[in-house]
Amino acid sequence: MAVDTAHSAGAVAGSGSSILPGALKDAFLTGLIALGLLGPLVGFETVVIDGALGLAYRPLVVAIMVGIIFAGRLILNLTVWSPNRPPKAQAGPGPIARGVVAISPAFKPALFAFAIGFPLLAAAMTGGLSESRYLIDLGILILTYVMLGWGLNIVVGLAGLLDLGYVAFYAVGAYTYALLATSEPVNAFFASFLGETFWANWAFWFCLPAAGMFAGLWGMILGFPVLRLRGDYLAIVTLAFGEIIRLVLINWVDFTGGGAGIASIPRATFFGIPFTAGEDGFAALFGLEFNPMHRIVFLYFVILALALITAFTTVRLRRLPVGRAWEALREDEIACRSLGLNTTNVKLSAFATGAMFGGFAGCFFAVRAGFVSPESFTFDISAMILAIVVLGGMGSQIGVAVAAAVMMGGMEMLRNLGFLKQVFGDSFDPSLYRMLLFGFAMVAIMIWKPRGLVSSRDPTIYLKEKKAVSGSLVKEGHG
Amino acid sequence: MAEIAAPVHNWDKDPILEVQHLFMRFGGLIAVNDLSFKVGRGDITALIGPNGAGKTTVFNCITGFYKPSEGRLVLGHGRAPTEEELATVTLNGERALVGSNSGVYLLERMPDYKVSGEAKVARTFQNIRLFTGMTVLENLMVAQHNVLMSASGYSLKGLFGLPSWNSAQKQATERAKYWLDKVGLTERADDPAGDLPYGAQRRLEIARAMCSGPILLCLDEPAAGLNPRESLELNELLRAVRAEHGTSILLIEHDMSVVMEISDHVVVLDYGTKISDGTPEAVKHDPRVIAAYLGVDEDAVEDVEAVLDEATGTQS
Repeated sequence: MAVDTAHSAGAVAGSGSSILPGALKDAFLTGLIALGLLGPLVGFETVVIDGALGLAYRPLVVAIMVGIIFAGRLILNLTVWSPNRPPKAQAGPGPIARGVVAISPAFKPALFAFAIGFPLLAAAMTGGLSESRYLIDLGILILTYVMLGWGLNIVVGLAGLLDLGYVAFYAVGAYTYALLATSEPVNAFFASFLGETFWANWAFWFCLPAAGMFAGLWGMILGFPVLRLRGDYLAIVTLAFGEIIRLVLINWVDFTGGGAGIASIPRATFFGIPFTAGEDGFAALFGLEFNPMHRIVFLYFVILALALITAFTTVRLRRLPVGRAWEALREDEIACRSLGLNTTNVKLSAFATGAMFGGFAGCFFAVRAGFVSPESFTFDISAMILAIVVLGGMGSQIGVAVAAAVMMGGMEMLRNLGFLKQVFGDSFDPSLYRMLLFGFAMVAIMIWKPRGLVSSRDPTIYLKEKKAVSGSLVKEGHG
Repeated sequence: MAEIAAPVHNWDKDPILEVQHLFMRFGGLIAVNDLSFKVGRGDITALIGPNGAGKTTVFNCITGFYKPSEGRLVLGHGRAPTEEELATVTLNGERALVGSNSGVYLLERMPDYKVSGEAKVARTFQNIRLFTGMTVLENLMVAQHNVLMSASGYSLKGLFGLPSWNSAQKQATERAKYWLDKVGLTERADDPAGDLPYGAQRRLEIARAMCSGPILLCLDEPAAGLNPRESLELNELLRAVRAEHGTSILLIEHDMSVVMEISDHVVVLDYGTKISDGTPEAVKHDPRVIAAYLGVDEDAVEDVEAVLDEATGTQS
């Protein structure tokens, strides 16, 4: 069987018979090695026979596996690794890159329209608003990470400062809202002249800017000690900072509620109108039938708006002196100082701006979940956000958005690998392979697109013609 | 004798920068040893010397990248500072004393970004330091950061695109275009700086430094790696910079065709000490300089030193 495959592969490749003996020999050797390895590993299986341990033999499985390896190697030898194959022309961007360039003008509006229409689309697809909850929740999750990615992109992508503790600002934002919204004195203060329910209804809208400001302040506080650190050292200290915030949240029980977290945080309201079934609820006021999904859809649009504000602000900031200074800092810090740029201010502004958007996202997280605990702010989140930024292409807005959608959406999709059960049998649990597949995907992307999905840089100003700067010239920054 | 013979040099009359008793020690190594010299306003001054003589160290001290171990670096805006002004600013511990149309800056007290931003001393680097991933135009815009930053209302005005910001940005672009034209890079304005050929990168670095509006431009080996034609163009550019903008230039250079051609004043450094100081003509014939550059036989060292002592004796 294997030999048949080899012959047909040779015919398809049409690469002449001169390389066939060599390819066969190589494939045979590979098959031999595979046999040696797989024989003991796969060929024997321990089974329990009448309560005692016994051996079962699986020669057929071994034969199939070795056959696949032999045939695969042979096909590769005759096609991809064939010495007769013309060398690949390395001029210009690859087909994928060209495709991205070609669709990019239409891509952004299309993505934007999709994001706006997504709840409707989800409801239509699943056949009802209530049934679309899973999809819309997923949309909210993706958009949260898009926003976090865009926020961290300012620090890592633009300013070139490797920040492994970004989750700290997410946590600061979340706890700012959680603590202020559940605070008795604040509630009593507003209740005294604006009514009992005022603070519960308006807390989110008041706390959102506060959360951003606090997180920005913490960004500065983190920024000061790490001003003189570069590269790996900066990464380690920011990593530690993220952990410190989490440990403080766990251990300062009086203030933060410790590991138990803070529950029953006021939910989001439609600018003061709660999403309740009652008389003065959102549904009653707008003459709709009450549906808990109204709140979810509203949350979706809130995070979409927040993410768009982040994107818009970043795009504008890039074209301002402060944004150019961030990028110049990433390119060459010493040259920056020789041109009169106060690099301390440049770094702090990058940390603070990035942290501020993290704080907004944190505030949103708290209002969506209605519950915060330190467990939500582990290093995993920082790593995930950083992976999104790196994968998307440092400094690129659209790349980061796509990477967030792929990462978070992909992670969710990998939960639904049920079809693999049909291939590998019922005892196979596909969700266990989620992280493995995910890791493979990341490695693959880093091999083919080492500078991320969008590796070229958009200039911020031009005289005649806007030309993208090739990723190979753009530096990653050293902290 | 000195009163009759020695003409009063511009650098003595109206120095823009006065380096006084500069020492720079790295542990036990004395890189710069009691160096004093003056840079004349509107002059092109060359700092030359064999490899390792400490020229770049002096540059790094002047531009604030190193804190000198000892010494005073006086920069005078508008006119050379008077003795009283200098004494006041030195004693009161301030970095600068700024009057209406003159100012004294003590560069050794200033951090590097203030030397450029406030004292208006711009520099280039021996190994070119451009923002390679940014376009040529962007490089020139970054150089005008401080002006643009206040024009953008620390980003607030800029974020909302107020007209005052837009006009400031337009003005900065015009300035960038002017310098692009000067260094002949207008055609490449939208290309990444890292894509330019070597000579163009050197010119761009000078243009970038000039965009920050300096009164003193410090060039660290601007002709290194340039071919003779490019060296000639560089000479023209530097002359134009001085003539049209009144910018004084201090340069480190090994290329004698550049040094002797354009400089008004040459300071020669060897092992961190000044061995000669004067017009290019005078320096060229200074036996100390010849000895430092060409070296002498071991047997002849004492003879040469005797001659040198005699020579310096008659000079002073």
